[in-house]
Amino acid sequence: MSDVDFVDWAMTLIWILVKIVLIILPLVLAVAYATYAERKLIGYMQLRLGPNRVGPKGWLQPIADTVKLIMKEIVVPQGSSKVLFIIAPILFIGPSFAAWAVVPFDAGLVLADINLGLLYILAMTSIGVYGVIIAGWASNSKYAFLGAMRSAAQIVSYELAMGFALVGVLMCSQSTNLGDIVTSQSGGILSWYWLPLFPLLVVYWISGVAETNRAPFDMAEGESEIVAGFHVEYGGMAFSLFFLAEYANMILISFLTAIMFFGGWLSPFEGLGVLEEWTAWIPGTIWLLIKASWFLFMLFWLRATFPRFRYDQIMRLGWKIFIPVTLVWLPVVAIIIKAGWLD
Amino acid sequence: MLENYLPILVFIAIGLGFGAFLELAGYLAAPRKENFDKTLPFECGFDAFEDARNKFDVRFYLVAILFIIFDLEVAFLFPWAVVFQELSWFAIGAMGVFLGLLVVGFIYEWKKGALEWE
Repeated sequence: MSDVDFVDWAMTLIWILVKIVLIILPLVLAVAYATYAERKLIGYMQLRLGPNRVGPKGWLQPIADTVKLIMKEIVVPQGSSKVLFIIAPILFIGPSFAAWAVVPFDAGLVLADINLGLLYILAMTSIGVYGVIIAGWASNSKYAFLGAMRSAAQIVSYELAMGFALVGVLMCSQSTNLGDIVTSQSGGILSWYWLPLFPLLVVYWISGVAETNRAPFDMAEGESEIVAGFHVEYGGMAFSLFFLAEYANMILISFLTAIMFFGGWLSPFEGLGVLEEWTAWIPGTIWLLIKASWFLFMLFWLRATFPRFRYDQIMRLGWKIFIPVTLVWLPVVAIIIKAGWLD
Repeated sequence: MLENYLPILVFIAIGLGFGAFLELAGYLAAPRKENFDKTLPFECGFDAFEDARNKFDVRFYLVAILFIIFDLEVAFLFPWAVVFQELSWFAIGAMGVFLGLLVVGFIYEWKKGALEWE
């Protein structure tokens, strides 16, 4: 290898690293302040103030939490499989970060512009299950074991409904590249996929909530019955890795819903004459962030509003309602496309 | 084409490395004082009765098996869906037959009670 080649290669690698840092840093910051936003919002919804002691109006609360978690001891329980116990949180957080590699933030503003974007995201979110199962198994604690089993069964069940819902999106978009999915929706708010694929949107969104183990589907944690589920034995930084990954997944689901059903970075005022001109200066990233924030807000809202489902109800919803709904709607989508109503 | 996947490889490595780094930071910054009672698995204050790796409900296996079948179906549907708008009616009918067979299986398992949780 000549020197020029090597410099070229090193420059590419450094450039990639810079871009990755530019994704991970805002993501970690977003996670930290998502926890703050969640506590504040749920506080207001329940007529409380939420955190307001650390810093002005509690703005430094996430930083205080981080420092506290770093200083806490990581207890490895006796009788556990020590190596697996240590590896599990890393296996959980790795894929949940790596999935962000293919998320387009604006036209062309994406780290890895691959053709199989959607498949890659599905693969990454599925690999997260290994972290959950390994954590529950390695802890050698009854609560952790039950939590891992429940969580794994729940995640795979809802992944099916999610996969079927995405088939509808693919039929309309003709591509698994997330950027192409967004551009195929251009033409104003009525040509975004939420309208022709509305039942699939509902299935996808609720499956997304269930996939991330969020309330009202947080059976994996279910503190009233199995304490904290699969991460009951984890403390300190090992626990906060699970926490970080869960919130990163929530933000990812919000982004994906915006990208696949709500036109991603496209302006909602497209084709509306004067309104389109007035808002033309707003960059696409802002639109995407607004849409994604709304879905993140809905996740918090759901948690403040609904009590936890029972486990058999969750499985029934996934298998007996969502899968039949998608199986019925896919032929409908086929008819819509073949009849040319989509254009 | 393949160079598009290099950032992904780097990203996966960084994601895993980030997790390992944070765990190591916690390990170094936090106190480590082990004792017998602290490292007992949590069981509401009691000492653990027995090993947690016990028999568990067979339904979890059932869900896993059903998942594999349906996930394969989704894997077949994905490439079909991407080229859907260029497909002839014959290809659409073929997928209809395939889906029909799976729906029959789905109805069978439903009637058999494989989806019930008591």
